[in-house]
Amino acid sequence: MSDDPIISVRGLRNCFGEHVVHDNLDIDVREGEILGVVGGSGTGKSVLLRSIIGLQEPSEGEISIFGERMDCATAEENLDLRRRWGVLFQNGALFSTLTVAENVQVPIREFYKNIDEKLLCEIATFKIVMSGLKAEDAPKYPSELSGGMRKRAALARSLALDPVLLFLDEPTAGLDPIGAAAFDNLILELKEALGLTIFLITHDLDTLHTICDRVAVLADRKVIANGSIEELLALDHPWIQEYFNGPRGRAALAAKG
Amino acid sequence: MSLEADFTELDEGGERVVRFSGRLTIARLGDVPQRLDALDPQPTRADVSAVDRVDTVGAWILHKLTRDYGAEIVGASDYAQRLIRQVTIADDPAKTHHDDESHLRRILQNVGEATIEALSSLKGLLAFFGGLLIAAGTIMRHPNRLRLNAVVQRFETVGVSALGIVGLMSFLIGIVIAQQGAVQLRQFGAEVFTINLVGRITTRELGVLMTAIMVAGRSGSAFAAQIGSMKLAEEVDAMRTIGVPPMEALILPRVLATTLLMPLLGFYSTVLMIIGGGLLCWVGLGIPPETFVLRLREVVPMTDLWVGLLKAPVFGMIIGLAGCYQGMQVRGNNEEVGQRTTAAVVQAIFLVIVLDAFFAVFFSSVGWD
Repeated sequence: MSDDPIISVRGLRNCFGEHVVHDNLDIDVREGEILGVVGGSGTGKSVLLRSIIGLQEPSEGEISIFGERMDCATAEENLDLRRRWGVLFQNGALFSTLTVAENVQVPIREFYKNIDEKLLCEIATFKIVMSGLKAEDAPKYPSELSGGMRKRAALARSLALDPVLLFLDEPTAGLDPIGAAAFDNLILELKEALGLTIFLITHDLDTLHTICDRVAVLADRKVIANGSIEELLALDHPWIQEYFNGPRGRAALAAKG
Repeated sequence: MSLEADFTELDEGGERVVRFSGRLTIARLGDVPQRLDALDPQPTRADVSAVDRVDTVGAWILHKLTRDYGAEIVGASDYAQRLIRQVTIADDPAKTHHDDESHLRRILQNVGEATIEALSSLKGLLAFFGGLLIAAGTIMRHPNRLRLNAVVQRFETVGVSALGIVGLMSFLIGIVIAQQGAVQLRQFGAEVFTINLVGRITTRELGVLMTAIMVAGRSGSAFAAQIGSMKLAEEVDAMRTIGVPPMEALILPRVLATTLLMPLLGFYSTVLMIIGGGLLCWVGLGIPPETFVLRLREVVPMTDLWVGLLKAPVFGMIIGLAGCYQGMQVRGNNEEVGQRTTAAVVQAIFLVIVLDAFFAVFFSSVGWD
């Protein structure tokens, strides 16, 4: 089972007008792993994420999730796939006019209309606490939360439907080092407890070292390498060397060692 | 075996056992939670060995059996046990919402809140006006701090771009007044008084009032939305830190534009209303334009024009103030921008009409009637 990739992207091509972002890009995400995706600014990390979750129609190539081709799926199958994954957007993307609890309830209400109010409320509360907030944060509005709390609230919403696959777009960006480390631990803990597979875009070298099983490097419009950090370090690509062996990369490595 | 979650109650050696089957997942729950809540007598053991899948919601329901009835859970897989542990840690007994209050109390509370809101909004507007006067005083002492470009740009958006729509509206209203007036006056054979009606009501009241309503809808709302969005994006805070007072850079140019342009737009509107009325008199009543103008000069005293033109800058200032004030009150979320924009228009039109009534009393008591 774990040999079959959960996400498989083959020959992906994305272009905006003349500007080609991806060309002939292949990437796999295996069951139960945390795959980190890195790359310089403008190498199309977010575009890749948007293509996989269906927010961006690729110009060419095929994307399969859970073994099903996304471009062949009917609207109904698509909806069915969608409830099996959760997405944490870079800035949280919480609905600003709803409280944290209501934000978490939105996907549940949408898919399961027969759940009664009391249970909904309980579900929202334990998901919120599970994501590292307190129950008294549930009735607050996103604008009353700090950046780190907003990320956690957004994580609670992405976990609302018990997904098996989680997409995280720069989860630790904008958090202080302590908050970022705590968030990394939370992700790892939830992944262990809930058996998640995680696709993670990040710039945070500490995150890469602490929680990622594999790292894929985006450059020159494709994935130029993927593997554990040790394997990547053995490669002789200037960008990879500079990324992991630059002053910050070495500091992160030292912190881990 | 069915995938739907279900359970049966059994007696096993004096113990009440609930035996679950199917999938304990959010998609397959059915009425299980309601039935569990109504269990009597309370179970002492929950057997989940026949359950083939559990998610966090299922784990939560099992956790509640333990928490509320002290039931022991047997037969759970490793994964289910992990989930139950996870939700047990996540069970925070803190209260997440308030008790329901009585209906009457809530109505009273809403009325009270609305009253306080209205009064504090009026007070805020006054304080804002004070702040604006101080800013204006500073500008007068240091005229080079006036942002002339910003003011001129506002002149264009508030005034020049509004000429088309204000003109069309005024022209049509002039026709309507003349037509409706002619129908009524014809009954007395006094059709010629239509000219008095059109001439006086447009110069004194309608020209400026209709323009004020149009400007409030067009520019007052735009001010609130612009400044509100800038507040949300922290642009206003950025201005303050750079040392640019928002009062001088954002608000004064806008209020200056509405204050100075309202008399001009009001006069323009009055002229077009009279043209519209004159056209109807010519076509509908057979009064030629020369007669219309001659008669107009006889029946409309100069004071009528002053009544209209003196009110206009006051209305303009109120529209600008209400728009900017509501915009500056935006904090929190995007919906607030919409609410504050609505509030700006409503507040501006309301205050304009209230003041118009005061002006009417004032001008007739000074003999300009």
